Amino acid sequence: MSILKEEFNVAKMDFVTAGEASAQIKRILKKLGVDAGVVRRLSIACYEAEINLVIHSDGGTLSLEVNPDDVVLISKDIGPGIPDIELAMSEGYSTASDDVRMMGFGAGMGLANMARNADKFRIESKVGEGTLIEMIFNLKQEA
Amino acid sequence: MTVNELAKLIDARLLNGAAGENEVKCGYACDLLSWVMAHGSDGMAWITVQTHMNVIAVASLHEMSCVIIPEGIAVEQEVLDKAAEEGIAVLGTQLDAYRICGKMAEAGVGAA
Repeated sequence: MSILKEEFNVAKMDFVTAGEASAQIKRILKKLGVDAGVVRRLSIACYEAEINLVIHSDGGTLSLEVNPDDVVLISKDIGPGIPDIELAMSEGYSTASDDVRMMGFGAGMGLANMARNADKFRIESKVGEGTLIEMIFNLKQEA
Repeated sequence: MTVNELAKLIDARLLNGAAGENEVKCGYACDLLSWVMAHGSDGMAWITVQTHMNVIAVASLHEMSCVIIPEGIAVEQEVLDKAAEEGIAVLGTQLDAYRICGKMAEAGVGAA
């Protein structure tokens, strides 16, 4: 049974509130007393996912599920989907617009940074349908 | 050193009047937010010419000590207030990033 479940909507191209969901998720985890190192890794991965939703998706959600042994973070959007996931995963590759790059985003680090910070990382995408990213963060050290 | 001490070192003003006692653990200069997301760390003093709200989000997620805005670039009040709320100091100086780095390195502030 999960301890807590929350879902946050993230709107396309809304740079004013971008990061709010991640900040809120960070506060929730801190309040629950989750290990600081895990909170930090999760917050970074979560922010990357949130920014990706803002920049690249037509809108989506971030969902947080806190379990006794792990925290699951899912980013799900309604499109447009990624044609070549392997290419998108490679550091330095980005399809961000010039406007977005002017703000300092679009370095092509997002997905790789998520994978680096999560204990388990899974991405599924279908062009015309959307992208789903599942990240799992272990709360207990493996024996 | 503290943010207040760092401010003196680089002729900076504490633009949001907050978190001056934060401990500066290391320094970093970069304007690519996604890059900083991958390389930031806690207690970092981060130099950037970017001044929008997302700078504060990145600094806050990494629990940085301060953001340093070089070359007298103006920062909107809304951004300064958000930083204060998050416990992040915002320093503004007329020096450019290169000179700020030089002074910080000379004073013994290391890289991340």
